[in-house]
Amino acid sequence: MSEAFRAEARAWMEDNFPPSLAFKNPVPYQNDAPYAEGDPDWIVWRDRMAEKGWGAPGWPKIYGGGELGHAEIKILTEEMRRIGAFNPMKMTGYTMLGPTLLEFGTEEQKAQHLPGVAAGTSRWCQGFSEPGAGSDLASLQTRCVDMGDHYLVEGQKIWTSGANHADWCFALVRTDTSSKQGGISFLLIDMKSEGVETRPITLISGSTHFCEMFLNAVKVPKDNLVGELNKGWGIAKRLLQFERDSLSEGRGEGVPLLPLAQERVGTDADGRIADSDLRTRLVAHAMRAQAYNLTMGRIAAEGKAGQRNDALVPVLKNLGSDVAQVRADLIMEILGEQGLGWSGEGYSDVELDASHQWLHARAFSIYGGSFEIQNNIAAKVLLGLPSAPAPGR
Amino acid sequence: MAVLTEEQTMLRDMAAEWVPDRAPVTAFRRVAHEKLGHDPELWAEIAGTMGWAGILVPEEHGGSDFGYLSMGLVLEEMGRTLVASPLIATGVLGVAALRLGGDAEQQTAWLARIATGEAIVAFACDEDGRHDPANVKLTAKRDGDGFRLDGVKAPVSEGVSARLLIVAARDEAGKIVLLLVPGDAAGVTRTRLDRIDGREAALIRFDGVTVGADAALTGGAALLDRVLDRGRAALAAEMLGSATQAFETTIDYLKTRVQFGQLIGSFQALQHRAVAMQGELLMTRSAVEAALTALDEDRDDAPMLVSLAKAIAGDTLRLCSREMVQMHGGIGMTEEHDAGLYYKRSATADATGGNSAFHRERYARLAGY
Ligand SMILES: Cc1cc2nc3c(=O)[nH]c(=O)nc-3n(C[C@H](O)[C@H](O)[C@H](O)COP(=O)(O)OP(=O)(O)OC[C@H]3O[C@@H](n4cnc5c(N)ncnc54)[C@H](O)[C@@H]3O)c2cc1C
Repeated sequence: MSEAFRAEARAWMEDNFPPSLAFKNPVPYQNDAPYAEGDPDWIVWRDRMAEKGWGAPGWPKIYGGGELGHAEIKILTEEMRRIGAFNPMKMTGYTMLGPTLLEFGTEEQKAQHLPGVAAGTSRWCQGFSEPGAGSDLASLQTRCVDMGDHYLVEGQKIWTSGANHADWCFALVRTDTSSKQGGISFLLIDMKSEGVETRPITLISGSTHFCEMFLNAVKVPKDNLVGELNKGWGIAKRLLQFERDSLSEGRGEGVPLLPLAQERVGTDADGRIADSDLRTRLVAHAMRAQAYNLTMGRIAAEGKAGQRNDALVPVLKNLGSDVAQVRADLIMEILGEQGLGWSGEGYSDVELDASHQWLHARAFSIYGGSFEIQNNIAAKVLLGLPSAPAPGR
Repeated sequence: MAVLTEEQTMLRDMAAEWVPDRAPVTAFRRVAHEKLGHDPELWAEIAGTMGWAGILVPEEHGGSDFGYLSMGLVLEEMGRTLVASPLIATGVLGVAALRLGGDAEQQTAWLARIATGEAIVAFACDEDGRHDPANVKLTAKRDGDGFRLDGVKAPVSEGVSARLLIVAARDEAGKIVLLLVPGDAAGVTRTRLDRIDGREAALIRFDGVTVGADAALTGGAALLDRVLDRGRAALAAEMLGSATQAFETTIDYLKTRVQFGQLIGSFQALQHRAVAMQGELLMTRSAVEAALTALDEDRDDAPMLVSLAKAIAGDTLRLCSREMVQMHGGIGMTEEHDAGLYYKRSATADATGGNSAFHRERYARLAGY
């Protein structure tokens, strides 16, 4: 049966995946709505995947999913990887909000929001961080007041990826000032609401999908509260697990570095990479990436057998960001001075993509909770070590 | 810090005063944003008012002949604020090539003009996107008394505005020869490269460029190596300054940013890494000063010390700029913050004149491993 599914998936992919997207960097498609929607092939791919239900392969069909099991999803992923395809739905709505709503949302909330996410037509942003509340997320200040027939939200969010092109935002707001974690609620905010303003912040990679978000007396229907009032912290922690889970995915993958190194650095008489120092580090990375991929595979298999250990999530997130950052460093080193381009003449698209990815990769150990915070959580939750002077996020 | 002479102390203090006042990071941002390469007014001050372009130029040609350690002190201060200037290309590589390989006429023609800042020099060695002096392919064929040059050089620092190009070429016998080529010679085409660090670099094509017999410097591959070493040591000094500033800015932030009701500098996870950076900076400074001193004394161990300095400076600048981003969190990822500028510079500075791996390999060969 799994072989039959593989054959089906392979044939469908070959018929439906636009070759122009093969092996392209998926990140700009995920982050940058105008870029993605300006590419007709991306639209075609998104719509075909939506129709097939394979953009959210594990979700129930009534919400636009494919109702596939773990084994089939794994095959699907492998078949996509084989031809350099990516899941066009893999955006904030799908990776973070979807699983959270499936677990905590009301029937109405699921029916209202999940189909758009599974179809890739509604874009979401995550309104968690604030200027004073980053690692210490629970110190957030954005106020939400019960006005009887609606909520009124007032405050400022920052580092909100994709807010300038998002249709919706899931936000953490303060509904009680007497308790830090026990005064937080989880709210869905329509970005078209009056009083929502976004201002893009340019990143070091030149990307402008990162935003400040101002909420000035924004009216939010009471039905948009997820879970109970003041119980948002637990939901947020679960969502962060989903986020970190998705951030660990694929960190050990990418175009193989060996042929690139052979081409750019050259080989000696025995066919070895000519720069022996770089060669050693390339191999160390390849071995570590393989060990990481094996670990991800093993944990997925354990998950299927119902033996998943969520306490490992922060450890995997850190391993994954480290592997991916080292990989970005190595690509730059392989490209040498050709990897240092910012734009324009003298550099190929591959070279320019490498330098921008290298810059973007620094964020891997910051977003979704920083490297340090993941370690704090793991020390406490996974290893049961006594609390440090400061609590973890 | 090495024990400085009175003259060196004065020079360093002047640089420490002038740089943040006249050439703060905001000045660099303007140069990078407007793709100026460098700011001609600042260069006029650096060379003219401050006299730094002449630090390695003999007194009879209008310089001060203070030496490499002195030049390093100035470059270190400039590295702190990422000053974009032709000082290394012109005042170090250009001067070193002419002093070590030039005859009296060549020196007279150029050194005084370099010291005043009038002539900007670029040193063109790298090809094929890597620093590899053994891989010079640009050809210099005999043409009457002189040479005819064909090939491509990239990236060439300050290659857009240079009046004089010092070009590493290969003659018909397969030997390296360094040639003085006017920037406006017929057959020279320069394309500005837009690089992540916003500094000036060019791709330069040489299509049948002819120069006279008086264009050749004496010394071949050995000269190329000696000149490059002077540039590498100077760059390592600049990188030391950049790394030091990245570190200090980060330490300041650890003392200001509050999370979980306390300064983030109180978290041991960050404290230990901050102390580790300080340790690396200590060693980097020792290596840089030892290399510059060995060059001043023209000692045999200079090449090894230069490779040590360039490799460790590369690693340390990477470390400090990476930690600068990490320890600043989200704000460190923004264009508006300086952390990214140091991080971008760490990559180009490392690749220039040979990256850490190149210098570990060179050190290994020199040491007999
Ligand atoms: C590219 C990018 C995209 C992002 N997208 C979003 C988004 O869509 N939505 C959203 O809500 N947020 C987003 N963020 C914000 C991200 O979650 C925060 O930047 C992150 O949580 C860190 O918070 P901060 O920036 O305030 O840094 P701070 O919390 O101020 O941290 C500064 C430094 O101190 C360290 N530190 C803090 N506390 C401790 C401790 N207890 N022990 C040891 N070290 C500590 C941190 O690890 C870090 O190195 C994004 C960030 C980036 C870079």
